[in-house]
Amino acid sequence: MKRLISTIAVSAFAAGSLLASIAAKAEDTIKIGILHSLSGTMAISETTLKDTMLYLIDEQNKKGGVLGKKLEAVVVDPASNWPLFAEKARELITKDKVVATFGCWTSVSRKSVLPVFEELNSILFYPVQYEGEESSKNIFYTGAAPNQQAIPAVDYLMENEKVQRWVLAGTDYVYPRTTNKILEAYLKAKGVKAEDIMINYTPFGHSDWQTIVADIKKFGSAGKKTAVVSTINGDANVPFYKELGNQGIKATDIPVVAFSVGEEELAGLDTKPLVGHLAAWNYFESVDTPENKDFIAKWQAYTKNPKRTTNDPMEAHVIGFNMWVKAVEKAGTTDPSKVIDAMIGVAVPNLTGGLSTMMPNHHITKPVLIGEIKADGQFNTVWQTPGTVVANEWSPYLEGSKDLIADWRAPLSCGNFNVKTGKCGSKS
Amino acid sequence: MIKFLFHRFDKTAAYFIAALAVLGVLIPILNLALPEASTFHIPTYLVSLWGKYLAYALLALALDLVWGYCGILSLGHGAFFALGGYAMGMYLMRQIGSRGVYADPILPDFMVFLNWKELPITWYFFDHFVYAIAMVILVPSLLALIFGWFAFRSRVTGVYLSIITQSLTYALLLAFFRNDMGFGGNNGLTDFKDILGFSIQAPTTRAILFSITALMLALGFIVARAMVASRFGQVLASIRDAESRTRFLGYRVENYKLMVFVVSAAMAGIAGALYVPQVGIINPSEFAPANSIEAVIWVAVGGRGTLIGAAIGAVLVNFAKTWLTGTFPDFWLYGLGALFIGVTLFLPKGIIGTLTARFNSGGKGDTA
Amino acid sequence: MLRTLRIILGLAIALISSAVQLVWADDASIVLTRLATENYSEIEAGVTALAASAIPSAEAVLNALADSRLSYRLSDKAIFFKDTSGKWIDAATNAAPSEQPTGLKPVKVNNRVRRALDAAIGSMTLLSADPKKRIAAADAVFKSRDVNTLSALDSVIAKETDAIVKQHFEEARAAVLILKPDAPEAERVAAADRLGQRGDQDALALLSSVTNANATANVIAAGSLAAKSISRRLALLSAAQNAWYGLSLGSVLLLAAIGLAITFGVMGIINMAHGEMVMLGAYTTFVVQEIIRAKAPSLFDWSLPIAIPLAFFVSALVGLVIERMIIRYLYGRPLETLLATWGVSLMLQQAVRSAFGANNREVGAPSYMAGVWDLNGFQITYGRLWIILFSLTVFLALLGVMRGTSLGLRMRAVIQNRRMAAAMGIRTPVVDALTFALGSGVAGIAGVALSQIDNVSPNLGQSYIIDSFLVVVFGGVGNLWGTLLGALSLGLANKFLEPIAGAVLGKIILLAVIILFIQRRPRGLFALKGRAVEQ
Repeated sequence: MKRLISTIAVSAFAAGSLLASIAAKAEDTIKIGILHSLSGTMAISETTLKDTMLYLIDEQNKKGGVLGKKLEAVVVDPASNWPLFAEKARELITKDKVVATFGCWTSVSRKSVLPVFEELNSILFYPVQYEGEESSKNIFYTGAAPNQQAIPAVDYLMENEKVQRWVLAGTDYVYPRTTNKILEAYLKAKGVKAEDIMINYTPFGHSDWQTIVADIKKFGSAGKKTAVVSTINGDANVPFYKELGNQGIKATDIPVVAFSVGEEELAGLDTKPLVGHLAAWNYFESVDTPENKDFIAKWQAYTKNPKRTTNDPMEAHVIGFNMWVKAVEKAGTTDPSKVIDAMIGVAVPNLTGGLSTMMPNHHITKPVLIGEIKADGQFNTVWQTPGTVVANEWSPYLEGSKDLIADWRAPLSCGNFNVKTGKCGSKS
Repeated sequence: MIKFLFHRFDKTAAYFIAALAVLGVLIPILNLALPEASTFHIPTYLVSLWGKYLAYALLALALDLVWGYCGILSLGHGAFFALGGYAMGMYLMRQIGSRGVYADPILPDFMVFLNWKELPITWYFFDHFVYAIAMVILVPSLLALIFGWFAFRSRVTGVYLSIITQSLTYALLLAFFRNDMGFGGNNGLTDFKDILGFSIQAPTTRAILFSITALMLALGFIVARAMVASRFGQVLASIRDAESRTRFLGYRVENYKLMVFVVSAAMAGIAGALYVPQVGIINPSEFAPANSIEAVIWVAVGGRGTLIGAAIGAVLVNFAKTWLTGTFPDFWLYGLGALFIGVTLFLPKGIIGTLTARFNSGGKGDTA
Repeated sequence: MLRTLRIILGLAIALISSAVQLVWADDASIVLTRLATENYSEIEAGVTALAASAIPSAEAVLNALADSRLSYRLSDKAIFFKDTSGKWIDAATNAAPSEQPTGLKPVKVNNRVRRALDAAIGSMTLLSADPKKRIAAADAVFKSRDVNTLSALDSVIAKETDAIVKQHFEEARAAVLILKPDAPEAERVAAADRLGQRGDQDALALLSSVTNANATANVIAAGSLAAKSISRRLALLSAAQNAWYGLSLGSVLLLAAIGLAITFGVMGIINMAHGEMVMLGAYTTFVVQEIIRAKAPSLFDWSLPIAIPLAFFVSALVGLVIERMIIRYLYGRPLETLLATWGVSLMLQQAVRSAFGANNREVGAPSYMAGVWDLNGFQITYGRLWIILFSLTVFLALLGVMRGTSLGLRMRAVIQNRRMAAAMGIRTPVVDALTFALGSGVAGIAGVALSQIDNVSPNLGQSYIIDSFLVVVFGGVGNLWGTLLGALSLGLANKFLEPIAGAVLGKIILLAVIILFIQRRPRGLFALKGRAVEQ
């Protein structure tokens, strides 16, 4: 009996490795790495992005691939484990020889793979809104920097909701800390007093929000219009919104504007008590443009799920992928060092009816949309920037970075050029 | 001293040391000396990967020492590992100097970012390698000493001990997540540049780090082996098998436990310190209770109370993880889960334990 | 009678409202046309104008707008709305249109429009026959503090017979008066008193906006006196409120841990798959709700009562299979159960991920679980109340099973002395399987409740497993009462630490305290005595 089991196990193992080696020896294709967690805590957000990439690659292959070759996706699972991200990135680049990688969600995963991409001189497309304060030669940031999301949202609340008192609530990590720091400086510059700003940090996955929501309610009943600016991350959002609903805080009393809550997150919630709470993004599924309608139809056909939602980071991957294709065609090669140079200045249509351009700081131009949650889990766009906004990768509101700029064009070719000292980083 | 270390050193142990020595020499040579086109060439990423496996093996060894030989099931050994890793990470951060994005000569980037004006006291002297290495060993040992002194003296045993070790690592996880702690919060420490002046990305540095890891694993094995083979080790085993009886015989059980717990914590700390430069990041998730549980599983897979088994289990499980996450990204958890269940049901003594038993009984005996 | 009064009231409002002067002369459709736009400010103004007009369909139109049932025809800006049965109604005639309208576009609302709507509907429904609606209307006026409603309020207060509704009306009136600079001083002082009696955050907020700029010294004095009494009251309340939060957190911990108290506490299995049993229960709730949404939406409020037995059944069944296939080989080797159940937990997580996707799933709250019960400022959210009651019920039921049934008797016999029990003719394998199934099933029931407050995702179980073990160990392994006390004391301690130390630091301190506590009592709050101890 035991012998039988071990025989089965051994042959399964052998068959598995055989299959793997066959797959690896497939004919001459261009390989694209997909580095998104498919298990662990971040799988909730990242799995969809893997599917998006598979869809995009499939679409491109239907059009004949790139440079006459088919594209091939190499999917790995970094399992929400940050060192594993670095390990898998190295494996993708050295072993699988991918020419570009699309991946990461959290800042820490990006920080973990950054040295790998720089060392091996490969390309990473990073699709999520983040805290800024970074510009790497090898990373293209297709998500929003704080000025492409947070500041317009605060402006909207000030002008349209006449908000005077602010709760900045976030998960305790770099993105909320930086965003809140920028917002605090911005609000103070606009004349908001220190006692009218409440800052609160909670750990990842915080699930008991009773006390904090009650505090917010208390803070909000001081006679001035109050709003919550939420940089609460991922898992903690559902219990947070459920508690808001439970304690009867309506958007008409204390609106919450969130930067990390999109259609995917709302799909896990009963949105009726949340109607009117806001989110700021660069894309909403409900955006009424032909490009978006076409994308959603094809995406839902690809996933064979007529209810499958779309969201902002997906659009970022769409833009990033199309930019990469364009840059490869422009450079005539997939060689990362040439593609990196060809990327700057590439403009592709985004899904909200405009053009997004890759700027010399490796960030893209994006429109900013403010949406209110509707009862069906979608957003109703209530405000939109007239054009696209250029990213401030180094925030002018932060002490350490206000003199820094990034420009990856020759001759400057620097991610942290100090305009005061005229030096790139510490180099003289 | 030497004689003590190799006291009752049997053939298997000798083979293990020899294998480690060959590995520690051969892999760097195959990586550095051969041209990339050669079939025997080992790419640099594999060197670091195996370096990581060996660091995990050292952690597993440390855990087997307390669990396999003294019956202390620690579900918090990841904490000692991570503390060692943080000590090394802090040294590496200080080595970055003004090459950080904000070009601050003293403060690491994340401190500039949080508007800190000066270095917190916990970071003093970490620019000296020797100090950092001392901390790698001292911090985990000290924590183990304090924790163990309280726990063993109060005779906390069994699952109670396991759960409070888990609480310990969980509390540290939460603490290190806090940005106010000054250890980089969730992002941890990363983007290291060099170690003792050598670029951390250079293949030579990686190869040497790998060799050092292999060496430390061998050393750790010899020390652990010497401990368990001595009279001290026999008392440990009797504590594991019948704690009260050992106490009634007049042994100060808590002192023995404390001793082995501290040594094990120091080994785990060293493992963490070797791990960090090779994977390039240390962050609070290393404190996650799940990581510590996984380390226990490596030991169980390899064979509890065999030392070699623990090391081999760690390498094996992590190799399987690397392979499965790359090849079957959507299904690998089934494979890993099935492996754990299969090992407990069919190989209760772990792989090495079962093999030894079979070998000793001439390959006839049923082991279950 | 009411109807005539409403028309009179409408006239009265119309006469004082400045916006209305314009509208009065025009005909209904012009007012309605103002809603036919994309411009939110315009819609907001239209809502106010409509509320003040005497258009018969006004209330229906505003309600339709609030529920997104209102549309306008692009060609001529005529307004149509769907009534509650889904039929189109022409707003201008307040009757079904002769032909089905086409080329419609929905009128969108934002928060500003929503606020205007609340205020408008509030002032229009002050005379509603339904006392609940009148209270809602009074609260809407309390918030909007619309000066134009003052005369209407005066007339309804005079007529109101229901004491509670009357109190709400008077508070609304006080809210309007307190910030009305030209109101008589005596009335404003009385208003301050009224608000002081109301005694909640909202009243405090109003009182704190009484300043030199808008009030005389007497009014300010009355205001600050009332504000002080409210503050005192609120400080007391917040302590009570913390205790309540602690109780409710404790009940969540109890729910999460109680199944583990059986599988780990009683059977000694280090059951790392316990969290996944909870997760299965939550997913069962999701499936039940999906089916109800698709087949019988009217039963939605019954979804949780239906889900409870099903979740028990599903988790118990999975537990039974695990016990029969894996755990039964591992009795007497408790540490190895850790390894095997960890493997099970990985596989179950992945299985759920493959079956339902990695995303969160939506589990809705039945109507009786939504909302707040305001006991004079002490706020009890219904959802939490239900969860507390539910967890205590589950606890007592489990206790009953263990103490009062023959199965429970056999379980305890097997646990205390397996061989003796077997010798007495108890089929220990069956008892083991049933005990594990019971523990798993109870975990599944917990999942139903946790789906109401947390993510329903494959990671659900992982987030409770550590706390669950902590509760069981803290309370004392093998003792259900210990688990109850452990859960409640951890919940309370956590919630009293949180306001002082913050959420993260509070939890760290608590963990440190537990570690130290275990040193004092190495076997938890309720140490088991006897044979089982030396294992």
